[in-house]
Amino acid sequence: MKDTRAAEHNELLDITSGEAEHVYYWHCGHYMSRFLLGLRDKKTILGVKCSSCGRVYVPPREVCGRCYKTMDRWVDLGTEGSIYAFTVVKLPYIDPSTGKPIKVPRTDIYVKLDGADTCLMHWLDESDEKKITVGARVRAVFKESRRGTIHDIECFTQI
Amino acid sequence: MGTRTAVVGVGQTNHTSKRKDVNGQELINEAVKRALEDASLSLKDIDAIVIGNMDHFEAINVVDGWSVDGSGAFMKPIMKVTTGGSTGGTLGSCGYYHVASGLFDVVMAIGWEKNSESDTQAAISTCSDPILERDFFGGAIGPNAAEYAMYMKQFGATQEDAALVAVREHNNAVKNPYAHLRKLITVEDVMKSPMLCWPIKLLDSCPRSDGACAVIYASERKAPKIAARPAWVHATAVSHDYVYFGDYDWEKMPTCQATVDRVYQRAGITNPLRDVDVMELYLPFSTCGVVWMDFMRFCDLGEAPKLIRKGVFNMNGELPINPSGGVMSTNPIGATGLIRIGEAALQIMGKAGERQVSDVRTAMATAFGSCYWFEATVLRSTKP
Repeated sequence: MKDTRAAEHNELLDITSGEAEHVYYWHCGHYMSRFLLGLRDKKTILGVKCSSCGRVYVPPREVCGRCYKTMDRWVDLGTEGSIYAFTVVKLPYIDPSTGKPIKVPRTDIYVKLDGADTCLMHWLDESDEKKITVGARVRAVFKESRRGTIHDIECFTQI
Repeated sequence: MGTRTAVVGVGQTNHTSKRKDVNGQELINEAVKRALEDASLSLKDIDAIVIGNMDHFEAINVVDGWSVDGSGAFMKPIMKVTTGGSTGGTLGSCGYYHVASGLFDVVMAIGWEKNSESDTQAAISTCSDPILERDFFGGAIGPNAAEYAMYMKQFGATQEDAALVAVREHNNAVKNPYAHLRKLITVEDVMKSPMLCWPIKLLDSCPRSDGACAVIYASERKAPKIAARPAWVHATAVSHDYVYFGDYDWEKMPTCQATVDRVYQRAGITNPLRDVDVMELYLPFSTCGVVWMDFMRFCDLGEAPKLIRKGVFNMNGELPINPSGGVMSTNPIGATGLIRIGEAALQIMGKAGERQVSDVRTAMATAFGSCYWFEATVLRSTKP
């Protein structure tokens, strides 16, 4: 049998997916909407507490996965906490939302807000890893103009 | 525990960065043919197929149907499973579940990926919540980089400790003809390689590969007739927990601990360093090869760097980890976890060539993915 993989032709083609945009609309629901409205309208960061295990979750969500109980005790977590973990991103990978490379260096942090049992992910306004410490105190910096997204918090800054 | 089940055949492609000479179905077909050849079976012997990949990576949505020509599933039962990076581990578990259920005698699990068809970091970022976490995710590297930043602060581990793991994995891969990266490196090479997400550097990181792997599971009725030395499944376990990366308890890594505790208990392993002969662990970054050793129960919390500096996990150490070169040398993501099971099975079957560890009776494989999901399989040369 003739081997079609043998070089009768010397070109191997790619077909690209094209330039079309395919926009998604993610529904926030009551819990996430209340959280985002808190950022937009009151510059507050809200969590929700499980009445069964007592854990305080941020971002808030309806169900405590551990207890499988509906949560309804809202907690104002203030705007300060400490760095649980961080990385300084130096690789300009493609942002799936824009299709363009991200701006680097960029510091991604996991913030344990005072009174919360989980972390909020955000950016830190410091990209020199030598000047960042796990455990350091941080505060949220809010934007002047807010639209009801997680980016209503500009970033966190070390206190 | 259901029908006793063993791995009786393994096939994989020669993994590389870009396979422009084949499309996805043809890539899958290469691994399937090699697995059938390894088990001396033909397609008519296969009763059912499970297949998986990261469906965002190639933007092919109905892989179970789309792949039929390559997988050999024409007019056979086939299902797709996909659980992120742990897909390959889940594929192995599902192959096992199919046979253990008693409904099928011979089942093939297939994992595959063409990472080169899209931007891996962009595609993988879509596993994080789009409303709150995606913009802070740092691609696949971000969370594990942050995990190591924390571990270094907690226990005084260093970037050099992680580099020792990178050197072990890369240098083991030199003896694996299927590995994607096969080049001897030194700690100095790792330390000088470009920083991707501090503290993870290029040589601390897995590559993105094109490749496929197929593993054949058979019932105790068929297995001894197919393979001279089947690799019997003694235990599998899986744990998933949260959807938000910010929820994860990195100081305990509960999914890893719960998963390994379950398989150790089911397989009667009381001291994994002593009771297991070889492990193929899903370590996407060298840093995971440090931190997770604590949670695998090899030592007390924070003690992993000491074991690594002593070479406990090297080829000539007490418990060789990743003779194949692991994920850090080869990473066609949907196949990666299944390659771990395939490689562990080859070690039991005595078919691992130059990367063979001598006298392997118990081998273990893990997989990891998404928001810290964890899978584990224990294989033995003896029936459970």
